[in-house]
Amino acid sequence: MKVMAQMSMVMNLDKCIGCHTCSVTCKQAWTNRSGVEYVWFNNVETRPGVGYPRTYEDQGKWRGGWTLNKRGRLKLRDGGRLHKLSRIFSNPKLPGIQDYYEPWTYDYDMLLNSPAGEHTPVATPKSLLTGKDMKISWSANWDDNLGGSLETMDQDPLLAKMSEEVKAEYEKAFMFYLPRICEHCLNPSCVASCPSGAMYKRAEDGIVLVDQDACRGWRMCVSGCPYKKVYFNHRTGKAEKCTLCYPRIEVGLPTVCAETCVGRLRYLGLVLYDADAVAAAASVADEHQLLDAQRSVLLDPNDPAVIEAARAEGIEEDWIAAAQASPIWRLIRDYEVALPLHPEYRTMPMVWYIPPLSPVVDVVTNTGNDGEDANNLFAAIDKLRIPVGYLAELFTAGDPAPVELSLRKLAAMRSYMRGVSLHDEHDESIANAVGMSGAQIQEMYRLLAIAKYEERYVIPAAHAEQAHDLEEMGCSLDFEDGPGMGGAGPFGSSSGASVPVAVENFHSLKNRQTADRPSSPGRVNLLNWDGNGKPDGLFPPEEKK
Amino acid sequence: MSTGSLLLWVVLPYACAVVFIVGHIWRYRFDKFGWTTRSSQTYESRLLRWGSPMFHLGILMVIAGHVVGLLIPREWLYAIGIDEHMYHLGATWLGTAAAILTLAGLAILIYRRRTVGPVFVATTPMDKVMYVFLGAALFFGTLATLVYQVFGSGYSYRESISPWIRQMIIFQPHPEMMEQVPIFFQLHVITASLLFALWPFTRLVHVFSAPIPYLFRPYIVYRSRDESRGAGARPVRRGWDPITTPPDNRGRRRR
Ligand code: HEM
Ligand code: SF4
Ligand code: SF4
Ligand code: SF4
Repeated sequence: MKVMAQMSMVMNLDKCIGCHTCSVTCKQAWTNRSGVEYVWFNNVETRPGVGYPRTYEDQGKWRGGWTLNKRGRLKLRDGGRLHKLSRIFSNPKLPGIQDYYEPWTYDYDMLLNSPAGEHTPVATPKSLLTGKDMKISWSANWDDNLGGSLETMDQDPLLAKMSEEVKAEYEKAFMFYLPRICEHCLNPSCVASCPSGAMYKRAEDGIVLVDQDACRGWRMCVSGCPYKKVYFNHRTGKAEKCTLCYPRIEVGLPTVCAETCVGRLRYLGLVLYDADAVAAAASVADEHQLLDAQRSVLLDPNDPAVIEAARAEGIEEDWIAAAQASPIWRLIRDYEVALPLHPEYRTMPMVWYIPPLSPVVDVVTNTGNDGEDANNLFAAIDKLRIPVGYLAELFTAGDPAPVELSLRKLAAMRSYMRGVSLHDEHDESIANAVGMSGAQIQEMYRLLAIAKYEERYVIPAAHAEQAHDLEEMGCSLDFEDGPGMGGAGPFGSSSGASVPVAVENFHSLKNRQTADRPSSPGRVNLLNWDGNGKPDGLFPPEEKK
Repeated sequence: MSTGSLLLWVVLPYACAVVFIVGHIWRYRFDKFGWTTRSSQTYESRLLRWGSPMFHLGILMVIAGHVVGLLIPREWLYAIGIDEHMYHLGATWLGTAAAILTLAGLAILIYRRRTVGPVFVATTPMDKVMYVFLGAALFFGTLATLVYQVFGSGYSYRESISPWIRQMIIFQPHPEMMEQVPIFFQLHVITASLLFALWPFTRLVHVFSAPIPYLFRPYIVYRSRDESRGAGARPVRRGWDPITTPPDNRGRRRR
């Protein structure tokens, strides 16, 4: 047993309102540069729908992830090392930018500078690739809220797997949102596909990153990832991907997408797993067994043997404690309500989802019945083949049982808690019907519905004794005139010692949240200014009357 | 031996070689971030699908041919049983195939660069200069072969150009060996030398990153934060600001 720690996320889809705030804040933080205009580390898809990039789930076409060879061993679906190198000069499975969408801007200048005339000036869309006029015909969420999806819905690879009658009825049945980030997989096929070895999984927290200095632009990772969550920066010629906001995670802050999520539906925490067991679990022959196999790779952080083994691997006590308090572990293993996205890709994804119950509730309510009654809901889950079948294609390689169980637990929680709050009645039979106790239901309710900040995010900071080794920090003696390496560079000194970005952000955030005065007098960081107060130097001094 | 000959056949090649070597070291130390193929496949792949493999297979064959023809003395080849006739057959047929592949591939690539909007916009001035010299070296090389080897009576460069190169490599230059070489071969050597001088400053650096180690490493790479200070970022060298967005106080980090 080799214990490793993994920072993971769970998203509670019931609460996602499809507002795209997460996408926008992530973009502002990470991909608001040229070359990645088309890139959304976090995107929110309306399902059913074609996804972003279009039809990425059709692995027959894109050939991402792993599959089993004849001897039952794992192999990259798009071929092994030699095969990859033989196709390196032109990668036949690389999505073109049109499969994402052609990025554009508007000719805003027209609005301001066009001469007075009869007609209102129009800002025409200009392609960011060619600078020419373009017709906008697709984007990252073109079929948002099923808009226009009568035309495109039949391209949804999951619907294609379901039967005809289901497809025909689908649009009437339901719709939900699926926010997606990189899965920070335990068995990442992007890493396995990278010829330069520039992509790696961080040993400490499992975050999958691209070394920008070592990437050589072979663009094999892009096609290797079945979720298409590695992107090619077409200006720098390097691959980029979701970083799980590691500079924030390292100082104990949640990711940007989680922190800004309007529905407060994202959970972040550690899980411990057995790295030696990953390959075997990913090679289980029966796709329906992959979910259980992955669950069994995760280790119980309260088991003394696991704790011992974790210590032996040098995992610190506070990290073990964080793993014990982890909301992820509870949602995946204690309550078994969270499910992985497409386990059949065999990458062992580590962003899991609680499937949405609300569409089921809506159907029941629309028929005039009580949508919060346990029996009505249980019956509906059994009867509503379509949503369950579709969710099963997403989360369990098509096996409806785990999805049903998860939905039944959510339904039980709903009616049990209604009983508690309306009649102060604790109907244990509801809890027992899904194999839980009333107390457990209440705990789960606390985590899912009350969802306190400290319970949603249990993120241990990276270690202080390691801090000098962290990405953005130099040796503390290394600053100007320090006893470390003295002197400035050949181009003279900059103004003052350099402050690592993550630390600066952390302190200014903290100051801003706890102080009522501007945190850095004299120097105003407009990006951090939240519109409250009047930081010194931002406005001209008021004249005394 | 004239000054002109000294300049052309000693000074220029050595200067280019120095720029080539020092340039690569410099670029690797200070601009790893710029060290990439800068693939343009996301813009267009229909033409690239043909052009790039054709060009690359061709050019790799061409390089192999140059190694055999220039660097390996023919006595060594005789020793392993490759006589003049076999060499000639090989050089002519494989050489022709390689030249056709390379030139056709290059033509497709350049056509693509010029006509596909996004690819054209993403083409840097350095790319253009590189293509001029790459094209010129290939053009004169092919022309020389056509004029002297295929349609001419045959010119034995293994008695002049090859020993000249080998003498250069062991630092005992003999510029006079190049003086009687036909003009197109001379032009080929000069353009190729200039191409080598440009090499480290173009995207051609990707040639030295050919990912052969991929064949021997485990699939999943783990890296520790501690191993290389930070999330795998290598320390920034003094004197070179990494490419980042403006308000940045990381560039001055020293180690
Ligand atoms: C040794 C193995 C080599 C590998 C693995 C390799 C790989 C690549 C790759 C992946 C690209 C990007 C194609 C794209 O997606 O746009 C590329 C482009 C290019 N390579 Fe190579 N290359 C190699 C050797 C060479 C050599 C020896 C030369 C020439 C001397 C060369 C010249 C070029 C040029 C000119 C381009 C730009 C093509 C264009 O987009 O116009 N390569 N190479
Ligand atoms: S989801 Fe992330 S970690 Fe998994 S294969 Fe794709 S890019 Fe790699
Ligand atoms: S974790 Fe950070 S980088 Fe990744 S999607 Fe969320 S905000 Fe973007
Ligand atoms: S911010 Fe939250 S609620 Fe809004 S789309 Fe993203 S995940 Fe859904």
